[in-house]
Amino acid sequence: MVSANQRAAAMRGGMPRKPIKISQEKVVIGISVVLFSIFSIVLDKFLSEGNIIALLKNVSILGTLAVGMGLVVVGRGIDLTMVAVMVVGVAFSIWVSSLGIDFTVAVLIGAVLVALIGLFTGLMIAFAEIPPIFATLAIASSIYGSGRIIFPSDVLYAPNNIGWLKWVGSGALFGIPASVLIFGIVSVTMGLFLRKTRFGRLVYATGDNPNAARNMGLPTRPIIVTQYIISALIAFIAGLIMTGLVTGINTRIYNSSLIYDVLLVVVLGGIGLSGGQGGVRNVIVGTILVGILTNGMTILNVSYTNQNLIKSVILLTALAIDAIINPRDEQTSQTGDI
Amino acid sequence: MSMAESLVRWRYRFLPDHVVGELLSKKWIDSVIPFTALVLLLAIFGSIVPGFFGLATLTNLSGQVAELGLVVLGLTIVIVSGGIDLSIGSTFALAVLATLYGMNVGQWSFGTGLAATLAVGAACGFINAVMIGILRMRAFLTTLVTLIIFRSAFEILFPKVSTALVTSSPDSPVYDYLGLGQIAGIPASFVFFVVMAVILHIILSRGRYGWRLFAVGGARRSAYNAGINVRLTVFSAYVVCSVLVALAAFLFCARIGSAASDVGSGLELQALTATVLGGISLGGGRGSVAKALMGVVFVLVLSNGLLTLAVPGPVNDLTLGFVLLASVFLDVRWTKNRHKILRSVYISPTLVKMPDPVSTEPGTPMAVNDRLKDVGVIGLGVLDGAEDVIFDGEDRLYTGSRQGEILRFYPPDYTRWKVFAHIGGAPLGMAFDRQGNLIVCVAGMGLYQVSPAGEAKLLTAETNRSLTSVVDDSPMKLADDCDILPDGRIVFSEATVRFEMHDWYADALESRGNGRIITYDPSSGVTRTLISNLVFPNGVCTAFDGQSVLFAESWACRINRYYFAGPKAGRLERVIEGLPGYPDNINRASDGTYWLALMGMRTPALDLSLEMPGFRRRMARRISEDAWLMPNLNTGCVLRFNEKGEILESLWDQTGEKHPMITSMREHKGVLYLCGIFNNRMGTLDLPNADKNWFSSHSYWGKSA
Repeated sequence: MVSANQRAAAMRGGMPRKPIKISQEKVVIGISVVLFSIFSIVLDKFLSEGNIIALLKNVSILGTLAVGMGLVVVGRGIDLTMVAVMVVGVAFSIWVSSLGIDFTVAVLIGAVLVALIGLFTGLMIAFAEIPPIFATLAIASSIYGSGRIIFPSDVLYAPNNIGWLKWVGSGALFGIPASVLIFGIVSVTMGLFLRKTRFGRLVYATGDNPNAARNMGLPTRPIIVTQYIISALIAFIAGLIMTGLVTGINTRIYNSSLIYDVLLVVVLGGIGLSGGQGGVRNVIVGTILVGILTNGMTILNVSYTNQNLIKSVILLTALAIDAIINPRDEQTSQTGDI
Repeated sequence: MSMAESLVRWRYRFLPDHVVGELLSKKWIDSVIPFTALVLLLAIFGSIVPGFFGLATLTNLSGQVAELGLVVLGLTIVIVSGGIDLSIGSTFALAVLATLYGMNVGQWSFGTGLAATLAVGAACGFINAVMIGILRMRAFLTTLVTLIIFRSAFEILFPKVSTALVTSSPDSPVYDYLGLGQIAGIPASFVFFVVMAVILHIILSRGRYGWRLFAVGGARRSAYNAGINVRLTVFSAYVVCSVLVALAAFLFCARIGSAASDVGSGLELQALTATVLGGISLGGGRGSVAKALMGVVFVLVLSNGLLTLAVPGPVNDLTLGFVLLASVFLDVRWTKNRHKILRSVYISPTLVKMPDPVSTEPGTPMAVNDRLKDVGVIGLGVLDGAEDVIFDGEDRLYTGSRQGEILRFYPPDYTRWKVFAHIGGAPLGMAFDRQGNLIVCVAGMGLYQVSPAGEAKLLTAETNRSLTSVVDDSPMKLADDCDILPDGRIVFSEATVRFEMHDWYADALESRGNGRIITYDPSSGVTRTLISNLVFPNGVCTAFDGQSVLFAESWACRINRYYFAGPKAGRLERVIEGLPGYPDNINRASDGTYWLALMGMRTPALDLSLEMPGFRRRMARRISEDAWLMPNLNTGCVLRFNEKGEILESLWDQTGEKHPMITSMREHKGVLYLCGIFNNRMGTLDLPNADKNWFSSHSYWGKSA
């Protein structure tokens, strides 16, 4: 039975209209398609097979890192140590192998070290309750500092004769470069992990409302620690891809803006920094956009500094749009939430 | 008394453990850890670094303090407002570029150069401010990105002018003086910095702008609801911060005169470490200029000391990173647990040996009876928190309420009532002065006067601070009952200086002498503490002799007499000791004796626990408040005593239905009016033998009043 009020509302045309939902993901896909088309038309080298492969290879490192960052951001954290962990972890493995230990074993030792770093970061955030941004910022600088003390030079070269490392760098399966394949495997695993496992759901619950999750009896602290261990290991995998591609690792990458590119991917892709939303799909979408952008600018011969400037302005715009679409309410915003 | 018992007694008399809690509640306690760390650092480096306190080192250090200090003060303003600014390093670089270009290449005058530098800073700050203040974006990420943007801008501009910067030199004596000149051996830039720091200190701690910053940072929502323009305040913080950073860059240029391509990089980490290290809380609302300076000196001494010891750069970074991590950790833990620690150590019970109670067996004056069983009722369901009652010359009844109001009930049946005055707080004891003004003690607010027209006026809320007290004990926390001396002075009790009214049971648990008797002289407006260290002083009544006041000490279960005039002036005497309950208000009776209310009865368990302070401390720390032993306020009574302190009669309500507790009573024209702060009614008891025309104000001021 329709009440008089509802009828009146219907006559005024007041029936609730379904809002057209424009998700950030769709916008980003749209922009990517547009950019891809423009670059394909304007730049004749852009659509060549070699360039597409190069684009994908470049993107694979960034994307792998972003998958790890995405996990942490979904859990309402942020991991600024990833690049430091990546360079120092791999450099440590190479340094260990230079002492006469088999490279594969050295990589495993490196993975253990990286997991320990992730554990330390996680403990600092979950148990010592240091805000993640500060903890990871300070730990990143400390990791890099320790790395610089141990390793004599900035660039460390991996041994030449390691079969699997060569495959990572130049191998392919069904025409897909190995590095891209690894990125795909990491993404799919993470996607299934977040969507299908109990632990993955707990990560969303923790990220969405840590206090509620804790009151419910979820082990929020162990969950947070695990996130940082996983993100550190993913950073290590990204480091191995990089080593495979360029047969060594340059620790000075830490000083570049790579970590901000990773954040750019995550934020552009639509994983809200307030946690509990988004997933691996968003990471992939963000990765593609940033990949196209970087590649196009490189072909256009935009200098490194200018590229940084442009990417930062885009990131800032994305953050601004995020702030306008999801405004913080003075009544609900929390003190100390910076 | 055994030896062991005396030792325990002395320990509680001479070891003031309540001081620990009071020290922890001081504001400067936040700075103790950073300050100790700084002193240790200075001691260590002073002993291992050669020439650490030499003139050259100190001159160099003071120049650096001036520059980093300005940056940190800027960051402090932003952090206090609840944000953060990571772009300061890049802003610094851009401002350095502007100064050097203007002064070296452009040959500008001092004023133009300074204005241009500050303008560059303000522009950078404006970008941050718009995004964080107006668009309310997240401060950390936003400034992280502007850090890259400003740095990129610097890296694009710097190579284009770097040769020009080196090949020319500035032409401004004032500029040179700022960089290299000295005032009485102190670098000019440092003097300038000190002046700036003092100005900022005054603005932050005394100025309206500073208070707004603290309000927004401390409780953003409350600040917004209080009508503060939150967005504008946050906006201004970022602009001010960047302008201060630009000023630091100007000083830097004047001192160094050139710049490398990495100028200002890593500055944000250094400044952040200094800020947090000084004890300025991330998240806002807490901090000061002095704390910021402490952090600055710490960071500079640490990094300069490591530099002198030839420690490699990475180790330096590593140390700074760990110092930042450790100080954030301490800050987070301290902010989170400070009130918990305070709560657990604040209550510090002392040893009390209670005298045996006066007997309440049948045949004694205190014998339990049922005389309050069938009494009349006033204000049933209306009264809520009526602690005291009083009458004016037209038989109108006045009483207080929990909502901070004075209610007036009208004769003859006292069913009609209205709100006479609204004060706030919790109005407790009342008295009429010679002019017919109502004097009211208001818990949490002080002593008030209400004119016959119903206008409330504050008489006093502060007394003189006692010399030995760690915390400022001059504000009144729990003004309880008052009476007026023949010379017009008002004597009133303040039950406790250590707890709020709703924590009264915590004071009972301590049973320490936390209260005091205070006088207020309306003719001179002077408030003075008369007697201190009293155990919850409560009811106050001017004696009929006109030379003394009687007052009750609730948890000590005794009545005292203090002589303010006559041959015994200044002396304190016990009148009654060992009451069976906790005495509350005392008022005059028509036959020259006194009425006394007992709000509750003593219990053997609590009496015993008073002899075991350790037990009470453990109880306060380990179990929740609702399970504490506390005074029984479920059975009260009224008794009458004479000048010698002999108890004459007592009135009880054994069922405890109508008057479970009694805080005050007032005799008026042959009727005794009874009230209790937790009761929902007021009782009336006819006194057959009393003077039917007796009215308390007549007893005080004579019939003419």
